[in-house]
Amino acid sequence: MAKPAEAVKTSYQGQMHLLQKDMMGRYFERVTRCAEQGEGKAVYMLISGNPVELVQAFDLVPVYPEIDALQLAVKKAALPFIQKAEEIGYSMDNCAYVKADVGMFLGDRKTPFATIPLPSLILCNYVGCNVYLQWFEHLAEYCDGELYNLDIPFLRDPSGKPTKADVDYVVRQLEEVIEVLERLSGKKLDWAKLKRIVALSSETGELWSKIKALTKNVPTPYDAYFDSVTMMAPLYCLRGTEDGLKFFQTALKEMEEKVQMGAGPLPEERFRFVIEGPPPWPYLRTFRDLFSKWGAVAVASTYSTVGGLWEFGFKHDPNRPLESIAEHMLEWNVTNRNFLQRYQQIRRYLEEWSADALVIHSVKSCRLFSAGQGDMREYFTKELNVPTLLIESDIEDPRYFSEAQLKNRIDAFFESLEHQKLVRQTKAAGGKA
Amino acid sequence: MGIDSLIARYREILDESPLDQVAEWKAKHPGTKVVGCYPVYSPVELIHAAGMLPVGIVGGGNRLEIAHADSRFQSFVCSIVKSTLELAMVDKLAFLDGIVFHSICDPARNLGSVYKRNFPRLMVEYIHFAQNLTSPHTIDYLTAEYRRLMTSYEQLAGKPITDDALRQSIRIYNEQRQLLRELYAIRAEKPQNLSTLESYILTRIGTLMPPDEHIAILKEALAGIRQRDERPKDRIKVVLEGSFCEQPPLELIEGLEAAGCYILDDDFLLGWRWFPADVPAEGDPVRNLAESYLHQSVYSGVKHDTRERKSKHLIDKVKETGAAAVLILAAKFCEPALFDYALYRQALEKAGIPHLYLEFEEKMWIFDKARTEVETFVESMLFD
Repeated sequence: MAKPAEAVKTSYQGQMHLLQKDMMGRYFERVTRCAEQGEGKAVYMLISGNPVELVQAFDLVPVYPEIDALQLAVKKAALPFIQKAEEIGYSMDNCAYVKADVGMFLGDRKTPFATIPLPSLILCNYVGCNVYLQWFEHLAEYCDGELYNLDIPFLRDPSGKPTKADVDYVVRQLEEVIEVLERLSGKKLDWAKLKRIVALSSETGELWSKIKALTKNVPTPYDAYFDSVTMMAPLYCLRGTEDGLKFFQTALKEMEEKVQMGAGPLPEERFRFVIEGPPPWPYLRTFRDLFSKWGAVAVASTYSTVGGLWEFGFKHDPNRPLESIAEHMLEWNVTNRNFLQRYQQIRRYLEEWSADALVIHSVKSCRLFSAGQGDMREYFTKELNVPTLLIESDIEDPRYFSEAQLKNRIDAFFESLEHQKLVRQTKAAGGKA
Repeated sequence: MGIDSLIARYREILDESPLDQVAEWKAKHPGTKVVGCYPVYSPVELIHAAGMLPVGIVGGGNRLEIAHADSRFQSFVCSIVKSTLELAMVDKLAFLDGIVFHSICDPARNLGSVYKRNFPRLMVEYIHFAQNLTSPHTIDYLTAEYRRLMTSYEQLAGKPITDDALRQSIRIYNEQRQLLRELYAIRAEKPQNLSTLESYILTRIGTLMPPDEHIAILKEALAGIRQRDERPKDRIKVVLEGSFCEQPPLELIEGLEAAGCYILDDDFLLGWRWFPADVPAEGDPVRNLAESYLHQSVYSGVKHDTRERKSKHLIDKVKETGAAAVLILAAKFCEPALFDYALYRQALEKAGIPHLYLEFEEKMWIFDKARTEVETFVESMLFD
């Protein structure tokens, strides 16, 4: 008989969490000063594999519409903006990240977390997501910012590697981006500074990779989905800065201490799962608690590799700054890898992180992630015999989150896992309950 | 054969099962490899020059039941992705030796991977078309991408692709595209002489056969159409936009015009009409194909050219053709078309050009609603 699950409210208030709040607060203050006092020039970029190192080298202000959209969702402020975009012609079926951002962009760009500056450069790093191209194309229509499409060829070769022509193409484009940034900032690129920044990214990536390896421990010291998102913000917004590095040094130390103490995010770790797909930002806590009550904790997640996949050995190389930025964009992030490479990434997580199950969170907005996840489920259940749960909601639009439905599915799944566990234990004990 | 019966014959093929046409061809030419091309555009010359037959795999139409593919792709994914998977799952694509997908949207890209896993006997290729159309380095990239693809096709065909063969293929497809442009020119000038459905049938049939056969059909058809001298009806003139990937059912195309408009231009099967001018055959033919893609191809929802806004192209098209309005006919759940619509709508409103927005699915069976909407729209324009 399955043990009835009790409600567990999760909270995490470690030093890392406070530091994150403080640093992200300062980042958004900088963004706001850029918007309100004209301090610096804003460069819009996308999260998936981006060349923020170049932007940092020119002391320009990186602004991420995806971060803004997710903050709007977390602060439960997205819906009016989504509706505003729908009023001017965006479809119910368009990505709600774009709609929330466009709705906000076309107003006074004031949000509960920052005032968003108009872009001087709209640097569309097209890394996997086709919607990116349209998103930035639209922003460019709505303002005077210059648009540059930084085209990153998708990983399509059977080797799973970029071709030489791919790497050359990206490096040549990065050189053009440098020219644009030189024109925008009025100064020449300081290569020594760029190398220092790339070295910071390299160290940051390595620390992040070590932090990710810690979830192989039982119990895992943190939840690789819900707590990883705390670390993803500084990874993206502060990569290539001293602050970013400091954050990851602190986070690693804190997590190592938790491992030594045998502490985890839940009172008891009963199930370890791998999770695929972006989170439902408008209801993150509610969603988390649906798993926590079962003692279920994520030990690895594909979402945490959107902006970079460091745990399988990638490191930026300060001696080859442009080439290594290109490699990061081409090869070392989940979005530019093909769908079958994602299956293999998940498979490694399941095996090397000793997980019991796979949870696929299918979001309507992001078809890059979700289109075809039924086939993914087929692969894991039929070919690999991994218990797999496929659930649906959205990354941004609160109208697609049905708590009761999700709860039923999640409860049924873990109930059945618990039952299987019990049967296995009984068998191991000699067949008698 | 008279023009009407010629078109009626091809309509029957398209109505019944267009892919049977290819299956029959393959049965007669068992030694020739057949490569399917998913929308939107594919450099078919590369396949043809390897001695293979490129064919259009543009969905399952409205007579295919989706019984398996909807467990692999979610409800919010467009129909063509699911029907294309279904076709292979129910073994309707047995005549294919390979298939190529392109970087047009996220579901189509993932479909390529799903094909690879589920149908290992097929050579599944994927082209990443360049989206930086301003960099001088892009041409080297796209040429290299085409050469990479050629290596695959040489393997599949078991023979090398020579420059001369490729030049010859370019010339053949140039001729085919030129004849298609002539069809469209007739519609733009005297739409009463050639309906949109007729031109659609004549275009679509060409995606299912060798280009030289299609060229012969087009020549015959054009000669017949040029004999026509119909009186124009009291209809409004429109251009249609948004159907560049998934294709609407024939009945819908027919119904739109019958509801009171002449469609002077459209983007049906756009990839098969990708170049408004000939691709140069002399010189390096691979580079020429890439060069034409970058600098001489039509605008499209799947090509993001920062040099000129798409909405400007649409508005220019309206002005050039002398159309009075725009019909947006977008496939349900098609993100590129739906995003484009948001920009088109704002630009059209600003330019004072009326438009009607309609959504369709290839699998739809009932057309009354669309027809009524067009009728109402036409009336509002005629009696305004």
